[in-house]
Amino acid sequence: MLTVRGVSKRYGSVLANDGIDLTLNAGEVHALLGENGAGKSTLSKIIYGYTRPDAGEILLGGEPARLRSPRDARALGIGMVFQNFMLIPALSVLENVALFLKDLPLVLDQEGIAGRIRAIGGRFGLQVDPHALVRQLSVGDRQKVEILKLLLAEARILIFDEPTKVLAPHEVEGLFQVFAALKAEGYAILFITHKLREVVACADRITVLRQGRVAGGFGPGEAQVGTLVKMMFGESGGEAPAAMAPVGGGTQPILELRGASARGAGSETTLQGLNLTIHEGEVLGLAGVSGSGQKELGDLILGLRPLTGGNRWFRGEDASSWSIARLRERGVAFVPEDALAMAAVPGMSVRENLSLGTGAVYRRGLAVDWRALEAAMGASFEALAFPMPPLDSPIAALSGGNLQRVVIAREMAHGPSLIIALYPTRGLDARSAASVRDLLRRARDGGAGVLFISEDLEELAEMSDRLLVLFQGALVGEFPRGSWRLEDVGRLMTGSEEVAGV
Amino acid sequence: MSETALRPILRHTLVAGAALALFSAILLVAGKNPLQAAADSFRSMASVYGFSELLVRMTPLILTAVAVALPSRLGLINVGGEGQLYMGAWMATAGALWFPPLPRWAMLPLVAAMGFLGGALWAAIPGILRAAKLVNETIATLLLNYVAPLIVSYSIFGPWKALGSSAYPESPAYPDAALLPTFFETRVHGGLILALVALLAYWLLVDKTRWGLQMRAIGGNAEAAQRLGIPVAVFLVAALALGGGMAGLAGMGEAMGVHGRLRQGLSPGFGFTGFLIAWLAGGRPLGILFMAFLFAIITAAGDTLQITQGLPFSVVNILLAMILFIVLARRPGASR
Amino acid sequence: MMTPLALGVLAGAVLSGTSLLYATLGETLVERSGIVNLGLEGVLLMGASVGFTVTAVTGNPWIGLAAAALTGGLANALFGWLVVLRKANQLASGLAMMFFGFGLSALVGAPHVGAVIVGLPKWRPAWLAALPWVSASTLFNYDLLTWLALPVALLVWWVLFKTRWGLGVRAVGESPGAAYASGRNPAVLQFQALGFGGVLAGLAGAHLSLSLTLTWAEYMTAGRGFIAIALVIFSKWNPLRAVAGALLFGGAEALQLQLQARGSLISPFILDMMPYVLTLLVLLAWGGSRRLAAPAGLGRTFFGSE
Repeated sequence: MLTVRGVSKRYGSVLANDGIDLTLNAGEVHALLGENGAGKSTLSKIIYGYTRPDAGEILLGGEPARLRSPRDARALGIGMVFQNFMLIPALSVLENVALFLKDLPLVLDQEGIAGRIRAIGGRFGLQVDPHALVRQLSVGDRQKVEILKLLLAEARILIFDEPTKVLAPHEVEGLFQVFAALKAEGYAILFITHKLREVVACADRITVLRQGRVAGGFGPGEAQVGTLVKMMFGESGGEAPAAMAPVGGGTQPILELRGASARGAGSETTLQGLNLTIHEGEVLGLAGVSGSGQKELGDLILGLRPLTGGNRWFRGEDASSWSIARLRERGVAFVPEDALAMAAVPGMSVRENLSLGTGAVYRRGLAVDWRALEAAMGASFEALAFPMPPLDSPIAALSGGNLQRVVIAREMAHGPSLIIALYPTRGLDARSAASVRDLLRRARDGGAGVLFISEDLEELAEMSDRLLVLFQGALVGEFPRGSWRLEDVGRLMTGSEEVAGV
Repeated sequence: MSETALRPILRHTLVAGAALALFSAILLVAGKNPLQAAADSFRSMASVYGFSELLVRMTPLILTAVAVALPSRLGLINVGGEGQLYMGAWMATAGALWFPPLPRWAMLPLVAAMGFLGGALWAAIPGILRAAKLVNETIATLLLNYVAPLIVSYSIFGPWKALGSSAYPESPAYPDAALLPTFFETRVHGGLILALVALLAYWLLVDKTRWGLQMRAIGGNAEAAQRLGIPVAVFLVAALALGGGMAGLAGMGEAMGVHGRLRQGLSPGFGFTGFLIAWLAGGRPLGILFMAFLFAIITAAGDTLQITQGLPFSVVNILLAMILFIVLARRPGASR
Repeated sequence: MMTPLALGVLAGAVLSGTSLLYATLGETLVERSGIVNLGLEGVLLMGASVGFTVTAVTGNPWIGLAAAALTGGLANALFGWLVVLRKANQLASGLAMMFFGFGLSALVGAPHVGAVIVGLPKWRPAWLAALPWVSASTLFNYDLLTWLALPVALLVWWVLFKTRWGLGVRAVGESPGAAYASGRNPAVLQFQALGFGGVLAGLAGAHLSLSLTLTWAEYMTAGRGFIAIALVIFSKWNPLRAVAGALLFGGAEALQLQLQARGSLISPFILDMMPYVLTLLVLLAWGGSRRLAAPAGLGRTFFGSE
């Protein structure tokens, strides 16, 4: 149905795609497997017309396809489900679908469209209320709307860019059933992922990418996990999760929430009566599906969000009404998901960014004592074995990993006793992510408490000494290390089981 | 002068030239003679007195520009300089009329402080509303512009109405001790020195202190600033109040330095012009000085147009708009 | 029993509410497409001035009205050139439009200050005039723009929420990226919304000079443009709610005029503050809840496809 022939694409010095060949057949799920940076998204962008290849071509039904824009791709029946859905939250499901209909009349026929949504939804297991606002839908339902949109816009080739990343385990099952239904009706599906187990579970054909090249391909039933791993990571076997014993975990509590509540405005999640304790020398993992209140909980601990009930205790003192500045002075540090958005000021230099959040530590009269600051930060970079970027360069010019390092060096400069890590590895390449995880572990070994918030269960399992599960703003489960099964955690995350664990 | 210093001046001259050409075209269409208008304007400025009048005009413009530039460091858009100016004049008048007779050395700082306070309190209202995330400061400062002159009108038609001058509503003349000194037989008054000191203080604050850095952090990324422990809400209110105080000083200067009493129509849009100056200067202190002088020339030309061509004074707003249009169209998106 | 004061206020509310409503509807359309025109005040002034001048010259208020509508459309097209094509900052461009309106309206209107014009004709249906407490008042004695105000509000609502074009405009206002992905050109839709919005703003200005006051005076809009922008927020970007808002604010204005006409003891300056203070109070009361209703892409510049 669709053939990729010899596609290459270069970004600067990086060869993102290097002579890639791939064939996508009708009625098949074709998995595109590879670690971050292997060239999966570049290839999908080329197929979808977002980016044009430097060399090579895309054939549709044997004919070379002219793909100069996503519009061309859609006209040819190619649709894409993005990681960040292209939906408009303020509009209804119906309106979102209608936007992409090819035969939309001048005056909207709302009931007619709703009927079509229900019909297609019933056929493929994509039931959603057409009149609901997308804003009110769960992530899983939003994905259904995204698929409905493509089907109603008459796409025959569907590209899914890491669709399972945002889903809970049982929702993943549902998605695979949708795949099966689509397959049965002759749709072609390109399934991009880096999760081996899923590939083995649902793919008919597998293409593995490594460093921009096709490392191997498998027909139905040929693939084995062991071979796939080798192909993905090369002979070294990649960064297999280091099995690590829990470091005893101090018993000294650093921070405690007692019945803490915080009202959430608008799309935020309300936190209800949370009890949790973070001890010295432990990584406390926090699991939950997207939007369960993780960010709100992190902000509550950081003092960003006022408590509407309950208390926050810090090292035996009632810190319920402490300001952010005071908590930071006492050694609370923050490692965010998107450093440029949450912990750095884009218009400033590296040096200026390093000075932010240090309160009045480095002062000279009313001005900043830059020399003392540079000395302290230099020491912090050294202790972390990070290369120090040029202090005068604009922070926005740094790569994601280097930016994260600047933020971490700043946060670590004063020996923090508590680190709130909010999705700290998101958007980082595999190597940078591993180094961030390693760093947090080292801080833990040094006696700091770490609250590690993530939506990636495997990462949580690797990192946590203790695991809490958050669902709709309440803590619904707690597991000491080694006592959890991912299935149970997944069920709790999605509210399909009552409080369990210890 | 180095080449890098010359380039912005060249650019500004080009922009001004293009705007003048467009403005001339509009005047031509309206049946006026732009060359005559230019000649008249030039003649009126090319004397010692004419030049001194430019300095008089420049005084409130520097202050209202700082009133905008200071909060803009935090990403705040203060379009309320006009109202803050009126409230500064109003509070200063209240001081001058209510304080017991004092010697000048005591009276002047007191009325100046009152003027500052008037503008600061007036600007603190939108500041607090913004910090509490209730009302956007742009719309609030704009609306308050319409209220402040009404308070002034109410006072001079009512409680402060000067006896014996019923034909023209105004407050009684201030005591001599409350009048700003003037220099060299011109109308240039002490407010100019105040304005220059304010500009210097603004430069020191934003460029040299930790607070200036923190203000930029808020302007660059308010969320990150908050997360890093900078008290964003306090800064928001303080910056708007401080800016409002500057505009209040401008009002005080006009009342105590130029008019000698409180009047309606104290400001022919100084607050708005100050916004343009600050914006065009990108908040840079020297730029503010340069632009304030340029705009003093333009508004002086507006006066000439009014007198010699029989055009309403506000026609000069077209020229301001032309300058803005050209600048806006030239720097896509990056503009603040 | 309707007192004369209440009748006067009601009649006045409708009359002064008319121009507010047109201005609010125009800005609603524009903001739904993701653009804030803070220069609405200037557009209103230009509409009022051009409408008055053309009427004074031609002696025909309908030609004046058409000229005002055209002026509004052109003014917004100029604004669109800046913010859509040149991607200029919307707030600064809006303020530039305000200055432009101040100046141009003064220039255009200056030769005709004090001119006597024939305004838009007013009439009321005979059956309404026959009602006992109506006949003695100015109630229901309206010009065409006032009679059409409610239907126009309904039309704008219908277009925005029930047509393909309206869906496109709202999509652009919420997410230009998604609208672009659906094969729409955000710039074209924004220009169209600006054009129609400008026509409505021009009509709003003309109603002031051609019906309400029958004069031209500099700055005669006295902040109505800003009140209308606040009304858009008040009505949560919904044309039908805008009707209630315009009536409320028209009522405040009318009440103040009626009180002054009746020799109220309250200073006229204090009464003059009412609309502005009321606007601020309304925004304050709405403060917390309005964020969800605002188009998500409002005020942001769309730089391309991604």
